[in-house]
Amino acid sequence: MSDVYIIGAGIHPFGRHEKTGLDQGVFAVREALRDCGLEWDNMQFAFGGSSDAGNADAMLPRLGLNGTQFINIKNGCATGGSSLLSGYWAIKSGEFDLGLVTGFDKHPRGAFNPKPGDWGLPDWYGETGMMLTTQFFAMKIQRYRERFDISEEVLGMVAEKAFRNGARTPHAWRREPIDLDTIMASPMVSDPLRKFMFCSPAEGGAALVVASEKKAKELGLTAVRIRGAAVRTRPEGSFEVFSPSLTIERGGSATELASAAAFEMAGLGPRDMDVLQLQDTESGAEIMHMAENGFCADGEQERLVRDGETSLEGRMPVNTDGGCLACGEPIGASGLRQVYENVQQVRGRAAGRQIGNARIGYSQVYGAPGLSAVCIVGA
Amino acid sequence: MDGPDGPVLAGARSKQTGRYVFPVPDGPTEDEFEQVALSSKGSLWSYTVQRFPPKKPYIGATSLDQFEPYAIGYVELSGQLIVETRIDTDNFEGLRVGMPMEFTVIEFARNEAGEALHTFAYKPAGNS
Repeated sequence: MSDVYIIGAGIHPFGRHEKTGLDQGVFAVREALRDCGLEWDNMQFAFGGSSDAGNADAMLPRLGLNGTQFINIKNGCATGGSSLLSGYWAIKSGEFDLGLVTGFDKHPRGAFNPKPGDWGLPDWYGETGMMLTTQFFAMKIQRYRERFDISEEVLGMVAEKAFRNGARTPHAWRREPIDLDTIMASPMVSDPLRKFMFCSPAEGGAALVVASEKKAKELGLTAVRIRGAAVRTRPEGSFEVFSPSLTIERGGSATELASAAAFEMAGLGPRDMDVLQLQDTESGAEIMHMAENGFCADGEQERLVRDGETSLEGRMPVNTDGGCLACGEPIGASGLRQVYENVQQVRGRAAGRQIGNARIGYSQVYGAPGLSAVCIVGA
Repeated sequence: MDGPDGPVLAGARSKQTGRYVFPVPDGPTEDEFEQVALSSKGSLWSYTVQRFPPKKPYIGATSLDQFEPYAIGYVELSGQLIVETRIDTDNFEGLRVGMPMEFTVIEFARNEAGEALHTFAYKPAGNS
C-alpha cells in the first residue's frame, strides 16, 4: 500500500458564468494538469461528477479520446468528496500510480426546489409549506443557539469573516467585504438567519491530480499527502433536512462519524490542524460544524468567533477562501474546492489569505440527505 | 383523526418495537403499524419563521400582497415523537424552545373555488 499525494490542483472560479458547467470542469482539469506539468495522456484513471450539470465523462472528447477509464460519481453533496476518496483508494490499493479527480456544477438561481415524492414524502408536506431546506438550517441553529447561548450577532460575524476572506481569494464569487451592520440589517429569510448568512447555489469546477509516493518522487513535484479521507452517512437519531418527525432520543451526526474516522486514519487530532474548511451552507452550519468536527465544545463558538480565533489571523482559521458563503455552492465541486484551498495553503500558495506556517489542512463537506466527507491533507 | 375532545393528529406505532412514527406509513410496511392518536400537548423543540413565499409545491398564497410570513417548528410530544408542524401564532418573537404547545387546526390556503384548506398545527398553550 502506498501513501497518496496530491501533486496538482486546479479550479475554475466559482460564481455565475456564461459557459456550461462541463466547460468549467474541463477548465479546472487543465489547470490541475498544468499545475503539475502533466498531460491528460499521463493519467491512468479519472473519477468525476456533477449534480445538475451532466455526466462528467462528457469531458472526454475535450480532454482527448485516449481510452483512459473515467468513472462518473453521483453522490449528492459529497460528490466531490466521493471522487477524491475513489481516487485515493485507487492509488492506495497499489493498482495505479497517477490519476485525476474532478467535480463541477451549475445550478438554477434561487433556493433548491424539491418534489416531495422524490424524497418519499407525501404531497401535503410540500403543499403546506414545510419542505424548504432553509427552514431546516434555521431550526437546527435556532435550537442549538438557545441551548448553547450563541447570539444572532455571532451568526453575522461568521458571514462578515466569509466575505472578508472571499475578497482576498481569486476563486471566490463574492469579492467585496460586507460589514456587520449591513449583514444584521439584511432581510430575515428564516429566523434567525438573514439574507447574507446563506450561501447561494452557484457554478464552478475543481480538479486534483493524485499520485503514489513513488510517482510523486519520480516526478520531483511538491506533493501534499492525504492523511485521512472518509465519507459517512447519517446514523439513527441525526437531525436532517425534510424530516416530518424525529425520534425523541437524539443521536449523533454523519459529520461526527466522518470526522472521527478521518482523524483515526491520520493518527492526528483537532489540535494538529492548522487550517480548517468547514461546510457553511449558512452561518449556523459553520458554528455547529466547529463542534461536530471536534474543534471546540458546544457553546465555545461565541467566544472563539468574537475573539477572532476563526479569522485568518486567529489560532483556528476557518474557511480561509470565504467558504460556501463567499464562493457559493456548486454541489459537485464544493468539497473539492475546500481541498484545493487546503492544498494551496499547505504549499504556501494562498496569496492574499495565506496562513503562516500552515502544515496540515482539514476539510469537511456536508449535505442532504445526511452525509459528510472529511479530508485531512499535509505534512 | 377524531379524539374525545375534537380532532387530534394521527400517527402510528410499530406493533413490534413500539416506536412512534409520523406520517402514518402506507405501502408495503403499513401492516407493521397501528394508527394512534398523537398527543395534543407538547413542548416546542425548535422553530423558525418562513419569511419569503415558498415556490411550488406550496399551495398557499404567494403573491407579495397576499403572502403572510408563518412560523413552523418541531413540537416534542412526550413519550411519542417530535413532530414538524405549522405553528399558529403571530407573536414570532415570543417563541422559545421548551414552551408548552397545544394542537390546533389552521386554514393555510384556499382552493380554486375559494374554499378554505386546513392543516394540522400547534400553538402556544393558553392562547386562544
